[in-house]
Amino acid sequence: MIKARTALAGTHFDMGNWACAEGAIAAGCNFVAGYPITPASEVANYMAKRLPQVGGIFLQTEDEIAAICSVIGASWAGCRALTVTSGPGISLMQENIGFAVSTETPIVIIDVQRLGPSTGVPSIGMAGDIVQVARGSHGDYQIIALCPESPQEMFDLTIRAFNIAETYRVPVFLMADGFIGHMREQIIIPPADQIDLVERRVPTVADPMKRQDFLDIGVAPMPVFGKGLQAHVTSSCHDEHGMRNLTEPAVMHRYVMNPIQKILTHRDQIVEVREDYVNADLVLVTYGTVSRSARAAARLARNQGLRVGTLRLITCWPFPEEAIRKAASRVNNLLVLENNSGQLYPYIRAEAAHASRVEFLGPQFLGQIHDPNAILEKVKEMLA
Amino acid sequence: MNATVHPLRKYARPHVTRTTTCPGCGNGIATQAILRAIEELDLRMDDFVFVSGIGCSAWIPSPFFAADTLHTTHGRPVAFATGVKLGLPEKHVMVVSGDGDLTAIGGNHLIHAARRNIGLTVVLMNNGIYGMTGGQTAPTTPRGISTVTSPYGSLEHSFDIAPMIVSAGAAYVARWTTHHPRQLTKAIKKGLTKKGFALIEVVTQCPVQFGRASKLGGAVEILKHFKSNSVRIEKARKMDPAELLGKIVVGEFVDIEKPELSSEWTRLIHSMREGRQ
Ligand SMILES: Cc1ncc(C[n+]2csc(CCOP(=O)(O)OP(=O)(O)O)c2C)c(N)n1
Ligand code: SF4
Ligand SMILES: [Mg+2]
Repeated sequence: MIKARTALAGTHFDMGNWACAEGAIAAGCNFVAGYPITPASEVANYMAKRLPQVGGIFLQTEDEIAAICSVIGASWAGCRALTVTSGPGISLMQENIGFAVSTETPIVIIDVQRLGPSTGVPSIGMAGDIVQVARGSHGDYQIIALCPESPQEMFDLTIRAFNIAETYRVPVFLMADGFIGHMREQIIIPPADQIDLVERRVPTVADPMKRQDFLDIGVAPMPVFGKGLQAHVTSSCHDEHGMRNLTEPAVMHRYVMNPIQKILTHRDQIVEVREDYVNADLVLVTYGTVSRSARAAARLARNQGLRVGTLRLITCWPFPEEAIRKAASRVNNLLVLENNSGQLYPYIRAEAAHASRVEFLGPQFLGQIHDPNAILEKVKEMLA
Repeated sequence: MNATVHPLRKYARPHVTRTTTCPGCGNGIATQAILRAIEELDLRMDDFVFVSGIGCSAWIPSPFFAADTLHTTHGRPVAFATGVKLGLPEKHVMVVSGDGDLTAIGGNHLIHAARRNIGLTVVLMNNGIYGMTGGQTAPTTPRGISTVTSPYGSLEHSFDIAPMIVSAGAAYVARWTTHHPRQLTKAIKKGLTKKGFALIEVVTQCPVQFGRASKLGGAVEILKHFKSNSVRIEKARKMDPAELLGKIVVGEFVDIEKPELSSEWTRLIHSMREGRQ
């Protein structure tokens, strides 16, 4: 662990997108590439001004494909690199998100989600990308995605995203949305010496044929460019040395499975949830912005004598199946709240339906924040 | 026993004992031109990062060259290389890829890198076809030629890459054919010493796919075609367009000085640091 070099320590009142940008600065981010898009633009705009002040570079690319590619290139050049966009940009990035997964490249991708499909509504938040970030690139892989519920968490979880990216050599998503991206709230930034950062491990042996650079479930040190390490990096099927191998089935198997296992075997260290459902008869299962409505609804319910708890998934990927199973084994009713048509609902049901009743509730109008009273109505119906 | 070792073998990864190119392919000539340029400039492989896309030409550095090598997705090497160069401005970042990779799927990145004048040396292998995927029409395929995706003859016009990249803003652009290995080596050397975006377009033979589609024949016939149809740019400038139909204009298309992006960033960051003190 090293300590952050810079942080605007103090209490601030600002947007989630601002908090995200300052979180990245505190995490030592020194390369950002992006293409303008609502409701994510403020992160890029602010970074364009802020990064050069701390010795970093902001590149406005010709499209989101170039953004993700240059960020991966910069990471291999030794930078802590980030790109920021919204759903349409994620769609364009997907092929090269797979490249980052396959080449085990640490990068952070901020998705300030908006209402879709397609161009949809730029300024309205929705949790429409929660499955596409995990399943949108072709082939088979696992992803890590964190879901903030407030501007404060856009700061905290951006730092955590960088730390996870460096620890496991993976791309990490921060799944914000237009609501918390644009919401202004109190943000407390601790002094730099209280922010722990994970340092990148780099190998010392000069010959790649005598090192393991890839496919290590325990995470191989990263042979970054420019140090005479003669790294060979390809997203085509490769062996432990990074050398292309398009003929051996055993290598193909490891090429797909080891990066998956790298994440799954560290699931316990990666997954973070908030559980508040002791003695509850019903638990509201949420992630991201909707968690705020869920807490308000649980309070309303308890005031009326209903035993309602909450389970918030801070990590949505890898999927926190253990936490879901635990809730299902202790509580008879699970109500899943999502600002979409029910994207994580099938995943949650698959883990919980054997042990408890699982239902879904979207907001009255997609893209609008759940009304706590509407949640309460549904709770009463389930507990009746 | 004293085995004869190729003088450029020292630039290759020791464990790589063969290349993937077909016999007669122009990729071998370009490989030698690149490595000779590096040798003649007395550069070390540790001074380089090689970036390539997807295609036969993209396999020129990957995994052959004993240097940091980033083999990327189809069409994107210039975008990846832009991030590498901004992160390692003191290194030579060389992109080696095909005409389909760099001007079809990746055309946008190429013109924007030229516009930014970022210090990349791009060796673009123009064989007029998609070699790797089996001879489909490329944006560089001459009009009228029948390929597997234009079986009745291509109805489309082709790109004239070198002047296009001049218009996009490159500091150095040259075009040579594989029949001009010495001039090609010299152009790559110039590209490597140029502070700015350098494109070296290599008009090259794919005897397997293009040879068949164009009915030009094998490697030797295509090379002879290059020889008899190449016109120096100085001479071409005095010819009228009708005379130039079907000709390959070779030489230096531009060689200018203008601010390079990665050093401009270094300068900006430096001046902001000074300003704070
Ligand atoms: C996104 C994507 N689309 C298509 C392909 C298939 N593909 C592989 S190589 C290639 C064409 C390569 O042509 P060129 O760049 O001219 O290289 P050459 O083989 O001629 O040297 C294509 C279309 C791919 N790998 N990725
Ligand atoms: S298919 Fe054509 S371009 Fe590809 S290696 Fe063979 S000859 Fe060269
Ligand atoms: Mg080609």
